[in-house]
Amino acid sequence: MAAVSITGLRVVRGGREVLHAVDLEVEAGRVTGLLGPSGSGKTTLLRCVVGAQIVAGGSVDVLGLPAGASELRSRVGYQTQAPSVYADLTVRENLAYFGAILGVARGRLAETVEIVGLDGLERQVASTLSGGELARLSLAAALLNRPEVLVLDEPTVGLDPVLRRDLWEAFHRLAEGGTTLLVSSHVMDEAERCDRLVLLREGSVLASGTPGELRLETDAGSLDDAFLALVDRAVEL
Amino acid sequence: MSVRRTRATAQRVLRQLRHDPRTVGLLLAVPCVLQVLVHALFENRPRVFQSLGVPLLGLFPFVAMFIVTSITMLRERTSGTLERLLTTPIARGDLLTGYALAFALVAAVQATLVSVLSFGLLGLESDHRLGVIALAIANAVLGMALGLFASAFARTEFQAVQFMPAFVLPQILLCGLLVPREEMAGWLRALSALLPLTYAYDALARLSTEVKVGPRFWVDVAVVAGVTVAALALGAKTLRRRTP
Repeated sequence: MAAVSITGLRVVRGGREVLHAVDLEVEAGRVTGLLGPSGSGKTTLLRCVVGAQIVAGGSVDVLGLPAGASELRSRVGYQTQAPSVYADLTVRENLAYFGAILGVARGRLAETVEIVGLDGLERQVASTLSGGELARLSLAAALLNRPEVLVLDEPTVGLDPVLRRDLWEAFHRLAEGGTTLLVSSHVMDEAERCDRLVLLREGSVLASGTPGELRLETDAGSLDDAFLALVDRAVEL
Repeated sequence: MSVRRTRATAQRVLRQLRHDPRTVGLLLAVPCVLQVLVHALFENRPRVFQSLGVPLLGLFPFVAMFIVTSITMLRERTSGTLERLLTTPIARGDLLTGYALAFALVAAVQATLVSVLSFGLLGLESDHRLGVIALAIANAVLGMALGLFASAFARTEFQAVQFMPAFVLPQILLCGLLVPREEMAGWLRALSALLPLTYAYDALARLSTEVKVGPRFWVDVAVVAGVTVAALALGAKTLRRRTP
């Protein structure tokens, strides 16, 4: 079953079409990776799913409702690419605020802090956190109410390999619990960790499927090679 | 609208201020210092201080909250927290009311402090001291509402700061504080009738000179309240859930 279905989505930004008739289904309860180089339209596509983007055409449905519907605001969690938390508040104060907005129980705060590995830093002011810690605080704020759909824009950028592995494990645990995750990344080696992949290039979907399917389809050893083969094929057409 | 979300927002804004003791210090100390300065300036003309003191007391919070709000709101826009908030169930009304409550509280502390100083130590007189404080708070909320609206037109903090002289100074020049409105050229008087601070000033001036305030005072108060609501409504329109 699809948690997100997109048909014919077109987006124009600054007079330029940045998404060209994108069709896409995101399977429920899976980790779907949205991969593509910088500037391929990943962030714009994710903003469409959370209903923050003005679209020029097509439709985006999330959990059977049009994206951005008010009923979805407590069911979809969104982590923006730049950490969107209050730099002048502590970790706990940030989460307490977003928790109050989302209506979650107090106990959830500590639990979420642990998932993202920020335990022990609760009293630290966000502006004194490292870039990776700040990104994880931003992620924690999106996780607080355990939304049914989690939209994460480059959540692991700038993190060390151990933390990255831990976070991906956390994503899969959430997916096993029924959460649908749509995670963008421009790092190909993260693609292997996804259940399904969507390759985006210059505002169009190049290919989608499981990592295995994509490798098989292109007869490539690594996903990097698979991506290159798909680009070549698209250029030939 | 939700009481929980409004309260959480007010609490959050106050916590942000608490982490910035220097700003709080400036917000509370600067109006006191300015009032002492005005008092000293007109030491030999106590009647001038009597006519300036009450309006100044009521106008400080307007200026302060205009600046504080336009910068805070601009930060919400540029840091992405506004975009995040607008994807959550929070209503725009919750956000704005939360802001208004927090800044009204700060204004109340600010106005009380300046009142105690002015009425207690500097010999300022008025038969309506509580009324002056109440108007000061109303002006703070007016300043907040206008600052919120102005912040939508600023891309950088430099621009936001420039809105202070652009939006606020003309209103102070024309409100009647420096030159009585009756003595202004016709077009200036007409212009000043369009500016909300003119009514805020008039109400304060009446509180400082009249023993029993008449209907004109209540017209002033109604205009201040009406403009505040209109500016908040316009400000709410600038908080878009969907952006290009």
